[in-house]
This record gives sequence, C-alpha cells and structure tokens, in this order.
Amino acid sequence: MARRRGNGRGTLQIMVGIILILCVASAALFAPYLASHDPLHTDAGNWLRPPGGGHLFGTDRLGRDIFSRVLYGTRISLTVGIVAMFLSVSIGTTMGALAGYYGGFTDTVIMRITDLVMVFPSLFLVLSLVAIFDPALWLVVAVIGFTGWPGLARLVRGEMLRLREADFTASARLVGASAPRIIVLHLLPNALGPLLISATLFVPAAIMTEAGLGYFGLGIQPPVPTLGNMLRDAQFYMRHAWWYAAFPGLFIFISVFAFHLLGEGLRSRFDVRSARRSNYA
Amino acid sequence: MNIITKLLMRRAAQTVFILLGVTLVTFLMMHYAPGRPFAANPELRLDPTAVERWFQLRELDQPLPSQYLSWLSRVTRGDFGISLIYNRPVTELLIERLPATLLLTLTSFLLSLSLAVVLGTAAAVKRGSVIDSAVGAASLAGISVPGFWLGMILMMIFAYRLPWLPAAGMRTPGGGTLVDLAAHMVMPLVVLSAGSFAYYVRFVRFAVLDCLTADYVRTARAKGLPPAIILIRHVLPNAAIPIVTVAALSLPMLFTGALITENVFSWPGVGRFVIASTLARDYPVIMFVNFSMAMLTALANLLADIVYLVVDPRVRLNQ
Repeated sequence: MARRRGNGRGTLQIMVGIILILCVASAALFAPYLASHDPLHTDAGNWLRPPGGGHLFGTDRLGRDIFSRVLYGTRISLTVGIVAMFLSVSIGTTMGALAGYYGGFTDTVIMRITDLVMVFPSLFLVLSLVAIFDPALWLVVAVIGFTGWPGLARLVRGEMLRLREADFTASARLVGASAPRIIVLHLLPNALGPLLISATLFVPAAIMTEAGLGYFGLGIQPPVPTLGNMLRDAQFYMRHAWWYAAFPGLFIFISVFAFHLLGEGLRSRFDVRSARRSNYA
Repeated sequence: MNIITKLLMRRAAQTVFILLGVTLVTFLMMHYAPGRPFAANPELRLDPTAVERWFQLRELDQPLPSQYLSWLSRVTRGDFGISLIYNRPVTELLIERLPATLLLTLTSFLLSLSLAVVLGTAAAVKRGSVIDSAVGAASLAGISVPGFWLGMILMMIFAYRLPWLPAAGMRTPGGGTLVDLAAHMVMPLVVLSAGSFAYYVRFVRFAVLDCLTADYVRTARAKGLPPAIILIRHVLPNAAIPIVTVAALSLPMLFTGALITENVFSWPGVGRFVIASTLARDYPVIMFVNFSMAMLTALANLLADIVYLVVDPRVRLNQ
C-alpha cells in the first residue's frame, strides 16, 4: 500500500515534468514560427513599451520584442543544457567505468584527475577561457560539459565497483567476453537508473550556469539573445520596466523547474533507498 | 598510528599535488590569455614605456617557468605577492573586504541551515502531510530560481515599487546604525539563503527519514518513549552526521553564491573585487583567489571525510 503510494507520487512528478519540458522545448523548437517579431529588429520609437499592443511581453531598451527574444533565448538555454549534459555523461561514464572496472593504477590516475577537475574553481576557468576565445555557443557548452563530469564519474565508478563482483559479470568473463563488452553490455545497463537521474539533474544545473555566465557578460554575446544576457541588460531598467527582467527570468525558472521535477520523480521511482523508505511511515 | 592521522597525511599529500595542478593550470591560462594588466582600459592613456618598466620591476618579463617557480617559493613562505593595480599586498586587499562577505555568508549559512533542520525534520516526521508537500515545493522552487533574478525581482518590489528596503550597498552614507545595516542585509540574505535552504532541507528530510526507519527507533517506540523524546534523543543525533557533512561540503558553494549576490546588490565584499580583478588581469590576485578557493574546497572535502571516519565505525574497521 505504502509502496504503491510512493510510486504514484513519482509518476505525477514525472508526468508534470515531461509535460512542462515538452512545452518549453516546443516553444524553443518552433521559435521561428511562434515569434511575433524578428528578435534582432530594433524599433527606436517603441522602446520600453509595457506588455500589450502587439508585444506580448513588451519591448526592451532598443524596442526589440521581448517575447520573441525570450523564445530564441530559451532555444539557446536548452541547447546548452542538453548538449553539455551529453558531453559530461559521455566523459563521466567512460572515466568512471574504466576506473571502476580496472581498479588499481588506472583507478588511481583517473580519480586524481577527477579530484583535480572537481576542486578547480570553474568560475575562474570560465573567466579565463572567455578572455582567450570569443564566448560562442560551443565554448559555453564545452566549459560546462568539460567541468561537470566528476560527479558522474564517481557515481559510475561506485556502480562498477558494486557490479563487477556480481555473478553475471563472473559468468560473462567465464565465457570469454572482452572487458569492453562486459562494461557496455552487462555493467552499464545495470547502472542506468542512477545515471539517468544524474543526467536529468545535470540539465537544469547547466541551464543555470549558462544564465549566470550571460548575466555576468561572460556568456554568448549580444546581439544574440540569451536569457542571461537579457537579464544583464534589464538590470539597468528595473525601476521603470518590470517586464524587461520578469519574463526572461521566468523562462529560466520554468525550464530549470521542469527538469528538477522530472529528476525528482525519477529518483523516487527508481532509487532503491527511497523505495525502501516508502515502505515505512 | 591511528587511522585519522594516516588519512590526514595521505590527504595532505594529495591536496598538495592537486593545488600544484590547479595553480599551474591557472598560471598558464592567465598568461596565455590575451590582454595584459592595464590594457583593458585604453582610456587611461598610460605611457607604454612606463607600463613596460612596471612589468620589468615586477619581473613579468622573466620566462614563465621561472615566474611560476618564484611565485611558488614565495607562497611556501606565506607571501602571495603584491597587486599589480593597487600596489598593495594581495592578502591585505582581500582581508579588508572579507568581513562584509563573511557577515553575509555566515548569517545566511546559519539562517538557512537552522530553518532547514526545523522544516526538514517536520516534513520527515509528518511524511505525506501538507507540511511535507509545502516543504517539498519550497525546496524545488528555491533550487530552480536563479539567484540574480530573484534579487532583481525583490529589488523591483521592495525597493522601487514599495520603498521599504534600501536597494543596494551595505549602509546608508552617514547612517551606520545596526538597524540600517540589517535593512541592507535583508534582500541579499533572502537571495543567498533561498538556494542553500532548498539544498539543505532535502538532505535533512532524507537523513531524518532514514533514521526514523532504523531499528533503534522501533525499539524506542516499543519501550513506550514519547515521540518527542525519540526524536530529540535518538533520531536527531544520528541524522546530524550526514547533515553536518553536507553543510561542510557546501561551504565553497556559499562563496560562489556570495559572488552573484554581492554583484546584484553592490555589496562591498570579496565577490565584486574578485570579478573586477580577474577582468583587469591583476595576476597576483587571480593566483591567490584560485589557490584559496581550491584550498577551501579541498579542506571541505577532508572535513567531510574525517566526520565520516569519526562517526561511522565500519569505515574504521575496513581499513
């Protein structure tokens, strides 16, 4: 009974999360069709207009349509979040699987590299990289993807350590399966649950980092609209134009919230520990 | 030799290795990045030969390996160098700005942690109740809201629309009373605490739930102890362990949060200074900040390991 209720709650979170993600994703995907204006088109006579009169979310300091800009900004946020997640998951899984499966010297070397990346103050890495290269989309994705993997590597390593002594691993080894085959076909599928949860929760963190970079002027540069660099512009007009800051931030919030909800739902559904807990109390 | 000493020594060796790596990477990136000190601001119209002489004086014309080695040897003597721009010791510049940052971060730390312990425990004990759902929703919202946006929205409402709170800074010029300081702190504290509360409260809830299912709680209940006594005497002391660990590990995160909050509210702390110095290529400041952040993170990790060792006998036995 109690267990059933625990699963039910996870399902609701997963459903709402997925629906929200689909909404945000289609807004981003169909931005060219949904946008009422060209996001880059400036209109000097119409700056800082409140919502209404053909501009759903009002206009910004150059008379650009905030609704259209928010749609294109969401596009960038989701792209960064998802691509950086795939990058991090690939690196983290490879590192963690190698370290956990082989152990010994391989493990030591990989885990020391992991520690190094984990301890590195990534904000300063970003500051330096942004100074070297122009902060384009690929750079933001690369920075977030290449600094975000240590947690995933530790997770996968732990799962490998747990699974490599399992009977099915031993029998696979006995029939002569190669190490890569065992890792990819036998071990990783068994670690899929925790990996899926971590991957889902990586996306909102990446979206938040991208927005933060934009806010500090270190992300993708104007005139390309990102939710972060719109907020950076908006902070000088807070006194008179609430809509300027309100809507871009709201879209960051909704995107991040949706992925967190999905991640939490997946956790209460697949996590052994919380399933055990839901049998009680 | 006892196990904690052994762990400490192994970790100290690893930390030295990691710090070497972090400082070397920072050093190389910093020097290969385009833009030199004083170049970011062409309006200054500095005399190029004077700048060149200044660089020579500060040994910036030396080959990079020897610059790095001389930085290292000075650091081992506790000397982190002199700011290129302020011409004052780096440590002095940061220590001046540290109290403002500590006031903000430590208050926020205590506030969000105590609030999280109270509400997280309530949520766990009344699992599935309205309190539990409300705490869950608040935590989800707190994690999902970008701090700088929350700060801007608060400022729009409580400083501009309703003139209740000062919009920025730490004290009103000429003010300086404690009430004035508190009024300036309200919004930065809310922004800084929202994220960390959301983060702590879920750990508190998990930890307390975990202990509530333990056998010794069932025993205590079977003995007929009142629920309040079980909670205070049996559950909370055991739940404290993971909570303390998470709190310790989150200390570096608090400083990153302060960086953002200080920028939004023009709080005169370390955060704004750090961003400005990095953009201005003040090499000694950049090196010191990266070094101390890496050090702080490493220490937080070590602290968490020691707490684990002290409280979990199984870890000790496995060694």
